[in-house]
Amino acid sequence: MTARIGVVTFPGSLDDRDTQRAIRLAGAEPVALWHKDKDLKQVDAVVLPGGFSYGDYLRAGAISRFSPVMETVIEQAKAGLPVLGICNGFQILTEAHLLPGGMLGNDHLHFICRDQKLRVENAETCWTSDYTAGQEISIPLKNMDGRYVADQYTLDKLEAEGRVAFRYLARGEAADGYGNPNGSLNDIAGITNEAGNVVGLMPHPEHAVEPLVGTGRTDGLPFFTSILKKLVNV
Amino acid sequence: MSRTPLDTVEHAAATPDVELPWAELGLKKDEYEKVVEILGRRPTGAELAMYSVMWSEHCSYKSSKVHLRQFGEKAPQSDALLVGIGENAGVVDVGQGYAVTFKVESHNHPSYVEPYQGAATGVGGIVRDIIAMGARPVAVVDPLRFGAADHPDTKRVLPGVVAGIGGYGNCLGLPNIGGEVVFDSCYQGNPLVNAGAIGVMRHEDIHLAKASGAGNKVILYGARTGGDGIGGASILASETFDDAKPSKRPAVQVGDPFQEKLLIECTLEAFQEKLVVGIQDLGAAGLSCATSELASNGSGGMRVTLDDVPLRDSTLSPEEILMSESQERMCAVVEPEKVDRFLEICAKWDVIATVIGEVTDGDRLEIYWHGGKIVDVDPRTVAHEGPVYERPYARPSWQDELQADDANKLPRPETSAELKDQVLKLVASPNQASKSWITSQYDHFVQGNTVLAQPEDSGMIRVDESTGLGVAIATDGNGRYTKLDPYAGAQLALAEAYRNVATTGAKPLAVSDCLNFGSPEDPAVMWQFAEAVRGLADACQQLGTPVTGGNVSLYNQTGEVAIHPTPVVAVLGVIDDVARRTPVAFQEEGQLLYLLGDTREEFGGSAWSQVVHDHLGGLPPAVDLERERLLAEILISASRDGMIDSAHDLSDGGLIQAVVESALLGGKGARLIVPDGLDAFTFLLSESAGRAVVAVPRSEEVRFNDMCGARGLPATRIGVVDGTVSDSNAVVDVQGEFTLTLDELREAHEGTIPALLA
Repeated sequence: MTARIGVVTFPGSLDDRDTQRAIRLAGAEPVALWHKDKDLKQVDAVVLPGGFSYGDYLRAGAISRFSPVMETVIEQAKAGLPVLGICNGFQILTEAHLLPGGMLGNDHLHFICRDQKLRVENAETCWTSDYTAGQEISIPLKNMDGRYVADQYTLDKLEAEGRVAFRYLARGEAADGYGNPNGSLNDIAGITNEAGNVVGLMPHPEHAVEPLVGTGRTDGLPFFTSILKKLVNV
Repeated sequence: MSRTPLDTVEHAAATPDVELPWAELGLKKDEYEKVVEILGRRPTGAELAMYSVMWSEHCSYKSSKVHLRQFGEKAPQSDALLVGIGENAGVVDVGQGYAVTFKVESHNHPSYVEPYQGAATGVGGIVRDIIAMGARPVAVVDPLRFGAADHPDTKRVLPGVVAGIGGYGNCLGLPNIGGEVVFDSCYQGNPLVNAGAIGVMRHEDIHLAKASGAGNKVILYGARTGGDGIGGASILASETFDDAKPSKRPAVQVGDPFQEKLLIECTLEAFQEKLVVGIQDLGAAGLSCATSELASNGSGGMRVTLDDVPLRDSTLSPEEILMSESQERMCAVVEPEKVDRFLEICAKWDVIATVIGEVTDGDRLEIYWHGGKIVDVDPRTVAHEGPVYERPYARPSWQDELQADDANKLPRPETSAELKDQVLKLVASPNQASKSWITSQYDHFVQGNTVLAQPEDSGMIRVDESTGLGVAIATDGNGRYTKLDPYAGAQLALAEAYRNVATTGAKPLAVSDCLNFGSPEDPAVMWQFAEAVRGLADACQQLGTPVTGGNVSLYNQTGEVAIHPTPVVAVLGVIDDVARRTPVAFQEEGQLLYLLGDTREEFGGSAWSQVVHDHLGGLPPAVDLERERLLAEILISASRDGMIDSAHDLSDGGLIQAVVESALLGGKGARLIVPDGLDAFTFLLSESAGRAVVAVPRSEEVRFNDMCGARGLPATRIGVVDGTVSDSNAVVDVQGEFTLTLDELREAHEGTIPALLA
């Protein structure tokens, strides 16, 4: 029996079905979860997918964070349930205070969609163990509000505890996907909680799991194989 | 008009002498008289609102109809066509039980007034057309045209339009996979914001806009109705903006993409449970259009209680409710026993849904307000029997002079250095430069099925994950060519889109078009329109690609000056396995570059004549549709049999433009040799149609040459993918002429648009 990984659909979620596909391609069983339903259907892990939940008309993620499903997600995440938040999902995780900091509008004030170069800084979380620390990967980035911010104390703490999971690669040409794409502090693309079960990032690993579509790379697949191995070994 | 007492049908009959503001609503005197004749009395205010908006140019196609008939009359036999012109969008069979619906529409005038919302609601409208056919939308494309790139107003309009398209489309979760961005001062006061969408469904899921079955309920669902866009359809699209008159420009509609996303999901869920008999989206002319079209396409009549329409603004009059163009609304016809389930699905998605009427067994559309009957019409007279004009048209007096001003006689570069300078200037010019500053504001990854997206020759979407079945779409149009010769220009637009689809390895199947022209009241414009439609219909017939639907946008002019006639043509193609697609980017060093087709001295309307000489004159490139068909067959066969690794169609900017794009995208150089019989200038910059450049692996050269030879397609070896001087400094080298490094080319090609607009 393989692992069952839930994907929550909020109103305005866009990448829910893509995430289900990525989970399936990694060999796990995707389970659709609904925002109005507190029941997590006994899944082994949860992904909060990207999109514009509630249109992002208020602060991104600010309304979804109060969905019935999030009550259970918050409770179980604190008890160790692996949770991955991608883009809007990351925004929801910060609004839910499962991860520190928050996201502001991109410093250039435009939506940005590109293949983004990242460095894996922490390969010991539930969602990154199939990477090696320091590995450079390229996965799509697409957002309007992706600028990670936190107070200096939080930033220092994240850095000191090795909780910056992904960093935008600053060197090289913008045309090739290098550089900080939105003004995120410390070039932060993604972070983890202290326990390493909750991870959030702005780029979209679910769009880099097949050689044929998207960017043509599969650099995002290890997110899903990491969690699968972790869950099946348990 | 007085509404005390309520202007009911009875009241109208009893008060024949009441003056109604038909002229202010955009109706001509004879049109108003025809309404009176149809009804046998004066219309009520509500009826007048409906007729005026539905008989507007935008909704009735009254000036274009007599010409558009050719698309039906000359339609080629095609087994692929499942639903043709007249529905919300055409539907094409792509095999394996899948059907694809696609359409291109314009939102030109609103986007000039309010760029962000105009463009955003353009995306919203075309997407609802796709949902209304029963399909899940899978991609959008946006052919755009703006005034001069360095004009201050372009900096107002373009960023707003791009942000609006992105803001709406990104929020809907639709990958933006193609389109064009063209600059020309002729579009200064009339940007063209066209929007296309593709949807996929199973054959059995096709839905149509008709209300049948007496007793079935009419459900309005989606956003509440507000005061936005009232009269937009009739007034915005019918008259030029005249600064002298008091402005009667109504507000442009405001889009809510989140609401539209919910509308997509709840509509698809209702389709899946087979709850819907007929469906129509509310776009231009709002409820007037939806109710009259549903009723006239069905077998019965319809009774609607307007009081039940959920309002955003409780002070709206019934006329305003009927004309409102509030976005994100749809109208479904549902059997009574399925209404509860339908409402339940809407509630699940937090979408407001209200039964506002029912299908009757009569043949009248009756609308009630506060207990009084305010509309009682034969819906066909509103929706389908509007005025039809045979507008006079005449070849303009200046056409001969324009064509005689031969671009082939313009001074050409005399030295290699001059040629190099002009090439560099060309690839850096706004029209030829990279548009990634624009396209990077659109999500092209969402849904996880994007195989190719701009700047590829066509966008390509995987339809079936297990078989690899996919569809491709390209949109093209060249206003400069069409100005020089409308008949040929329209054919060249089709030829280019057809070629672009084939270049990626897909087989072209069907066409949608968006015909952007000036005022139909100008005989010269009407001649351009008539010629372009005739050209397009003839070419579609010859290429076997039927027109499945589209849109006409007239009155694109400022004062007396019309835009270049700009038919934008979208071609949809199918590919058995997307793994076989051919990209633009050079893949491997050492591969052989072949130029397919014939290169002639053809510079009329060319990018070179515009960039170097600011010139428009002469004749556009010659059209040879049989050659286009042969080229397409070769490109598709070569892709299927693995004989080519990259391909790029040649169009504006000629061969050098295509080679530079392939080189920059692939990060690999090219070494070119001018073939015998051609001078370097013509080789690099001519815009002869029916050509492509392909990269052939050495192991496939014999087989590829044999295929081209056997089928009679000229294939000339013009060089190799290479040009590497050192690892980091690849070049595009034209032997005996010039060498440009990829760094130089990248700076020129990619720096222009951000410098102008960022």
